[in-house]
Amino acid sequence: MHKPKIQVDTSNVVIDVRKISKSFGDLHILQEVDLQLYNGENLVVLGRSGTGKSVLIKLISGLLKPDAGEIQVLGQHVNQLNESELRELRLKIGFSFQNSALYDSMTVRENLEFPLIRNKRNLTRAEINREVEDVLDGVGMLSSINQMPSELSGGQRKRIGIARTLILRPEIMMYDEPTAGLDPITCLDINGLINEVQERYQTSSIIITHDLACAKTVGDRIVMLLDSKFERQGTFEQIFNSEDERVKAFYDYNFIL
Amino acid sequence: MIKKIKSILIEFAHIHRYLMKFFRELVTPPYEFKEIIRQCFEIGWKSLPLISMTGFIVGFVFTKQSRPSLEEFGATSWLPSLISIAIVRSLAPLVTALIAAGKIGSQIGAELSSMKVTEQIDAMEVSGTNPFKYLVVSRVIATTIGIPILCFYVSGIGLLGGYLSIRIHDQMSFLSFFTQVFEAIGYIDLSAMILRAVVFGFTIGAVSCYAGFNSSKGTEGVGKAANSAVVTSMFLVFLEEIIIVQFLAIFN
Ligand SMILES: Nc1ncnc2c1ncn2[C@@H]1O[C@H](COP(=O)(O)OP(=O)(O)O)[C@@H](O)[C@H]1O
Ligand SMILES: [Mg+2]
Repeated sequence: MHKPKIQVDTSNVVIDVRKISKSFGDLHILQEVDLQLYNGENLVVLGRSGTGKSVLIKLISGLLKPDAGEIQVLGQHVNQLNESELRELRLKIGFSFQNSALYDSMTVRENLEFPLIRNKRNLTRAEINREVEDVLDGVGMLSSINQMPSELSGGQRKRIGIARTLILRPEIMMYDEPTAGLDPITCLDINGLINEVQERYQTSSIIITHDLACAKTVGDRIVMLLDSKFERQGTFEQIFNSEDERVKAFYDYNFIL
Repeated sequence: MIKKIKSILIEFAHIHRYLMKFFRELVTPPYEFKEIIRQCFEIGWKSLPLISMTGFIVGFVFTKQSRPSLEEFGATSWLPSLISIAIVRSLAPLVTALIAAGKIGSQIGAELSSMKVTEQIDAMEVSGTNPFKYLVVSRVIATTIGIPILCFYVSGIGLLGGYLSIRIHDQMSFLSFFTQVFEAIGYIDLSAMILRAVVFGFTIGAVSCYAGFNSSKGTEGVGKAANSAVVTSMFLVFLEEIIIVQFLAIFN
């Protein structure tokens, strides 16, 4: 279950977030947050619900605009790109949504074809089929290819959601609470899948979670979002040997049993 | 009070921006032809049973109700021309628009807002598809084309209802009924019908997509979006009907 942790190469920054702030009305979600994602690593972002973890990755992919600060992804300033440049950049970022966000009017096959057909217009029918089946097989879901999303379980939906982003061969993956709402066994499966994706597709990933088992299994490095800022960084062990009361509260809660 | 006015003004600014975006996306490639055709089919097919029944009943009942007044003057032979003018000039577009607002409007509103709530719209956005073009523009085009077609169909069904209602009392052949019907209406009436249907179709599509696409998060947002799609579309359809009637009066 424990994968060998990779040695993080801090000279190669893929995502560089500098002093970004974001508020909704009077609600200050993020304040002067800094974050770096290095090439090839799995970075876990831990934090309680409502601390702005989802907002953070939506800022990175340009779904939301920051009030202040700068975001660079693969060397490009996300908020200075025009529409088509942004679209181009987004193809390099895979996004696994919290509730999988499968298109529920389409079959599994159509879900996977959708991004492929629209972004790689010169593929033949046979190539598309091969690609779809290949990626589905990779996440162990080939047998569900003709099912509708509503017929699938939470864990299966998650796998399809991940497959749908992998089909565009992203360089970066962002997982929004990949294990939320899943039973413990399925959580283990999904954690395994995240590690497999890192290895097979050579991705750099941000994994958002409040599940410590997930953080421990997949994270090469962990940052903790506390009071609108990242306050703790390091490996799993480094963070949880901390004396900070707020970190301890998190730890106690997760190991209550 | 001031807060309320402010929020109304902000809403207007949003609507303005939405419409500008719509027309910009309408003319810039790539075009989603496949999706437009699929939506046209959805819109027409799904409302066909309801709209057939309503169209028929309206034609039938309207004819029945008009008969006594004409009978007083011994003018029942004018019934075909009376109903054809009434149906083509205003009943068919209105009935079509109201049924479509209820049936299609609520469906679009609920569908888009549930896609928003479950982040399907975000998912399109991050995977290189323009969700506004794919979801909104295609649906608005589909209603703008589909509702005029439905409107012609409703006129036909409504006139059929009128004919059957006449047949109960008088001997009149199908042919002579329709000869009178077509004598009574001119090109202006037909163009006015198409104008109305196009305006109503655009309104229903644009309003419902706006309600769905900009709905609030959370499951109650879905109900609200469907509701506001229907209510706002119907209200605007009546408002436009008044304006169009005034406008057409200039030509007659
Ligand atoms: N588009 C939005 N408009 C207004 N408020 C938002 C929006 N998105 C998120 N929020 C608010 O920001 C806070 C943080 O949200 P989120 O990032 O989803 O938290 P989490 O860390 O649980 O993922 C929440 O209180 C939420 O209500
Ligand atoms: Mg979240």
